[in-house]
Amino acid sequence: MTDTALSSVDSKRLAVASQWQLVWWAFRRHHLAMAGLVVTAFLYIIAIAPGFFAINDPSQQNARAAFHPPQVIHFIDRAADGSWSFRPFIHPSVFKRDPQTLSAIYSEDKTRKNYVRFFGEGYEYKLFGLFSTTTHLIASENKAQPIFLLGTDRLGRCVFSRIIQGTQISLSVGLVGVLLSLTIGILLGGISGYYGGRIDFAVQRVIEFVLSLPSIPIWLALSAALPQDWPATLNYFMITLILSLTGWAQLARVVRGRFLSLRTEEFVTAARLDGASEGRVIFRHMLPSFASHIIASISLAIPAMILAETSLSFLGLGLQPPTISWGVLLREAQNIRSIATAPWLFAPGVAVVVAVIALNFLGDGLRDAADPYNK
Amino acid sequence: MLRFIVKRLLWMVPSLIVVSFLAFVLIQLPPGDFVTTYIATLAASNEVVDQNTAADLRARFGLDRPMIVQYFKWISGIVLRGDFGLSFEWQQPVSDLIWERMALTLVLTFSTLLATWGIALPIGVFSAVKKYSIGDYVVTFFSFLGLAIPSFLLALVLMYVAAVEFGQEVGGLFSEQYLTAPWSIGKVIDLLQHLWIPVIILAVSGTASLIRVMRANMLDELNRPYVTTARAKGLSEFHLLVKYPVRLALNPFISTISWLLPNLVSGSIIVAIVLSLPTAGPLLLQSLMSQDMYLAGAFVLLICALTLIGSLISDILLALVDPRIRLE
Repeated sequence: MTDTALSSVDSKRLAVASQWQLVWWAFRRHHLAMAGLVVTAFLYIIAIAPGFFAINDPSQQNARAAFHPPQVIHFIDRAADGSWSFRPFIHPSVFKRDPQTLSAIYSEDKTRKNYVRFFGEGYEYKLFGLFSTTTHLIASENKAQPIFLLGTDRLGRCVFSRIIQGTQISLSVGLVGVLLSLTIGILLGGISGYYGGRIDFAVQRVIEFVLSLPSIPIWLALSAALPQDWPATLNYFMITLILSLTGWAQLARVVRGRFLSLRTEEFVTAARLDGASEGRVIFRHMLPSFASHIIASISLAIPAMILAETSLSFLGLGLQPPTISWGVLLREAQNIRSIATAPWLFAPGVAVVVAVIALNFLGDGLRDAADPYNK
Repeated sequence: MLRFIVKRLLWMVPSLIVVSFLAFVLIQLPPGDFVTTYIATLAASNEVVDQNTAADLRARFGLDRPMIVQYFKWISGIVLRGDFGLSFEWQQPVSDLIWERMALTLVLTFSTLLATWGIALPIGVFSAVKKYSIGDYVVTFFSFLGLAIPSFLLALVLMYVAAVEFGQEVGGLFSEQYLTAPWSIGKVIDLLQHLWIPVIILAVSGTASLIRVMRANMLDELNRPYVTTARAKGLSEFHLLVKYPVRLALNPFISTISWLLPNLVSGSIIVAIVLSLPTAGPLLLQSLMSQDMYLAGAFVLLICALTLIGSLISDILLALVDPRIRLE
């Protein structure tokens, strides 16, 4: 560890700080990365309990509210006598049909107010998949008047709630996929870097080969081969498996590079001379010293997985409805006619971009912080 | 030098064999085969096919043989006769369907590569020279944004803006009168007029990462003693940049072909589907959906092979530019 990097920190504390502490101190000074961390943490909290953050049942169809535009929450409630109070509300909308084109027209009814309640009652859902509850972060006081913060799709389903629900699948695909590719990557990269020689040569050629293939055509062909009638969870795991089939190569390359450079370090030789088994040398002595770097690589691999899932599902070869993911939601925005009438169908795309940017910033900051030679 | 190229060319052979095998396995993956699908379509039109006919058909197409034999039949047809088999859905030889689309895919990818370089090079240099200026921050911000926006989303947004704001349809590579017309100078000009939209869309994400690479490389070079020497000798700032550090920082541009190319091809497939371009993408998706596996297999094989050849060219170019590579 260089001490010049952290001159601001008390040198006494620096001397006894663990590696993780040093990484954390370096990370904290990186403002964009901190912002990325906060946004990512927020998104994953939503992904753990999407039901709580959703307003309406995400699969509830509403024929009277197809392509409903987004509603604005007003925060200052002015009474007739001019006094005001802080009480968020929305104006409920009135449904009409255009007599000529028969298209739906929604207009705000300024005379009525539909109050928004925090921690209010809504549809029933399972918190963490265990407890049944009806409490939501935001709920409409009048149950007959749902709130559509981001409008509805062609079947009148609440886009906001669907995006929230999709967070769970879209973000976990990234995690599970990266975990799978990490397992393959560490195994092959570790073997390659630890043993070197011919094995290294062979594994290197395989990695180069995998990296030089365009992934989309192969993903498309593989997911087209999946039977359409498989249950949603099996389909989900197969898709993540397919995504990690090409994702592991990058991680394997990082792991190999680290193993190669560590192999000749004194502490590794010392451990070996001490009679430690190979497994112990690898997992007890070598792995911890580059764990931080691996974590940084992971956080940069997750956004790539998220984008991959989104693209596949968007093309109709990834996850299938009724499973809700951001890619599945973006399929609604596929044809020009629906996005011309309902531009808010792009909203899941905004969610993708926000998540990917946040994770990229986080990963960039982590990589810089984990690098002991970074000034 | 010659030895390096020959060695690299020889390495190509096993890669191509693996790619062809991969493509064939992908063809075989879905349950059932050509004949099952064929019989199903015939049954749909009330034609009954008995087991004997099915067996005959299988024997005729060689589907009753072990997979490895089938593979050799398929690949030898391609290598020896340029015969990619028959497209089930179109009832045409696959080779009649793919070549024009593959050529357009190649044109699209190549133009995107040029556009990516053309945009990323000056911006990357600018961003490094004016480090931590407002311009640098703006560039950094947009390159992160470019990395995060999936190309198909960008295509959709552009289509939306064009349709709603300008009342124009974006999509396709040709105007209507040239769609089925034979190739002529007019058609080429028409192609160029349509090509720039998908090229820009595709270039965005590649440009973003390349700007980052170029900036980092330039920053490494800018503090070198030779730059100071050149400046001390009174070379103008622009000449100095172009003559020394930029030349050294150019290496990644060539070496990035090998990872830029697979990304570009992947991206171009999705964008082509969204914008319905007459390239490989939409037909590949359609053939996969309808399990027209010989057509899909030919596309997967050709796209992967082209990418491999692209990275081969990049390796050779890199060896030509940078003498250090050859020493390995």
